[in-house]
Amino acid sequence: MKHVGKQSIIFENKIYIVATSSIVGNKEGDGPISKYFDVILKDMSLGENSWEKAESKLVEESFKLAIKKAGMKNEDIDYVIAGDLLNQSIGTTYGVKSLGRPFLGVYGACSTFGESLSLGSIILDGGGGENILVGASSHFCTAERQFRTPLELGNQRPLTASWTVTGDGSAVISSNNKYENKGLPKIKKITTGKIVDMGINDPNNMGAAMAPAAADTILTHFSDFELNVNYYDLVITGDLGHVGRQLTNNILLENGLDISDIYTDCGIEIFDKKTQDTHCGGSGCACSAVTFTGMIYKKMCKGEILKVLFIPTGALLSSTSIQQGQSIPSIAHAVAIEM
Amino acid sequence: MDEGYVNVEKYKKMVRDISPKSKIYKDCIFAFVVGGTISLIGEIIEYVLLTLGADITVVGSYTTIILIFLGVLFTGIGLYKKLGKYAGAGSIVPITGFANAVASSAMEFKKEGIIVGIGSKMFILAGPVIVYGIISSIIVGGIYYLVVGIL
Repeated sequence: MKHVGKQSIIFENKIYIVATSSIVGNKEGDGPISKYFDVILKDMSLGENSWEKAESKLVEESFKLAIKKAGMKNEDIDYVIAGDLLNQSIGTTYGVKSLGRPFLGVYGACSTFGESLSLGSIILDGGGGENILVGASSHFCTAERQFRTPLELGNQRPLTASWTVTGDGSAVISSNNKYENKGLPKIKKITTGKIVDMGINDPNNMGAAMAPAAADTILTHFSDFELNVNYYDLVITGDLGHVGRQLTNNILLENGLDISDIYTDCGIEIFDKKTQDTHCGGSGCACSAVTFTGMIYKKMCKGEILKVLFIPTGALLSSTSIQQGQSIPSIAHAVAIEM
Repeated sequence: MDEGYVNVEKYKKMVRDISPKSKIYKDCIFAFVVGGTISLIGEIIEYVLLTLGADITVVGSYTTIILIFLGVLFTGIGLYKKLGKYAGAGSIVPITGFANAVASSAMEFKKEGIIVGIGSKMFILAGPVIVYGIISSIIVGGIYYLVVGIL
């Protein structure tokens, strides 16, 4: 691999996305892209007696499904790289323990899937392994109790708030050359984001907090690789929602990058704003993870999209930092996936 | 962020311009109607209790206890949050809202057990109301005592 420009890497080996899994909750299953998901849960608790255990079960099921769809066994996976939103990433750790594979837990808030894909690709391109399982999860009910209020509290959600996606998106990536000419999407380039904090301190407007980080990473990516504005078929951020997408696009336009026609956000795609009462759109680690492993990956495999810049975005806040009056540091990691 | 991508003050203005605002008139009307209805229900309970022969000195306490019970009941069967979504302050301000804050916290943290879960987390939302309610009542009581004493 080669470091390019300020914050980017281009991979020398081919990093194939061999298979993906996407498991979502019932609300996501009622959304506009539901046909792309592998499993739509009827029971948000997955038969467990706590929401945290339910999230871990979700992670475990999704990992198993991705490995199965890749035609592999647990032993074929050299590393698992994954994370979630919960304190000490318990959603992931309790879900991954039964796999018995080397595990690297990561935390990038809702940008976790981008971080997992980036780190996995770096290990594969460096020859540190052959097959890596990457993933990210979130659950509406665990996120609400950790970051917000009890589920049964009768309050109003502001119009700028987003809705945490319940789900897990996982992917098996591989550097094995046997996947050549199989029509699989490949990870070509990454741009790792830096923390951007524009002083936004409203946890109910995280799209606004994260938009400058997304714009920063997109602009850096285009400048590091000296890309033409028409290079990608689709540029899609993680969970900025309607407000964040518009803010990001405004910053891009002000800096002379007009990708308005091909730029959208996973949080906009996953829910129907008019009928699903999700206000600004979807959020959470699973928002970008399931939109990618469900819709984008399948569209790429069918040849409907050839070049995608996928930019999961994360708001790196905690309940403590917000209570102490700190603003919201944000990050965005770009992963360029091409056929 | 690199200098030049966007200026902090300019960005904050952009956020204010783009972020959707709550529909304040509609919200206020909903809050007024729902809050008023809850209060009206309280008045009806009080009237019925008086008609049934309850003593006027305790009827207020009976009414409060019944409203708290109703708040907890509707929280338990999942209806209070649906009301709160439309009513906002209209269902938060009355005593039923207080009951909702306590009951919803107790339900949420039940999984962590009856001591560290329900016991310690039950007042996570209502705790500040109790603390500052007591402090302000002491202050007001003190002022009242002094004023009455002087007069």
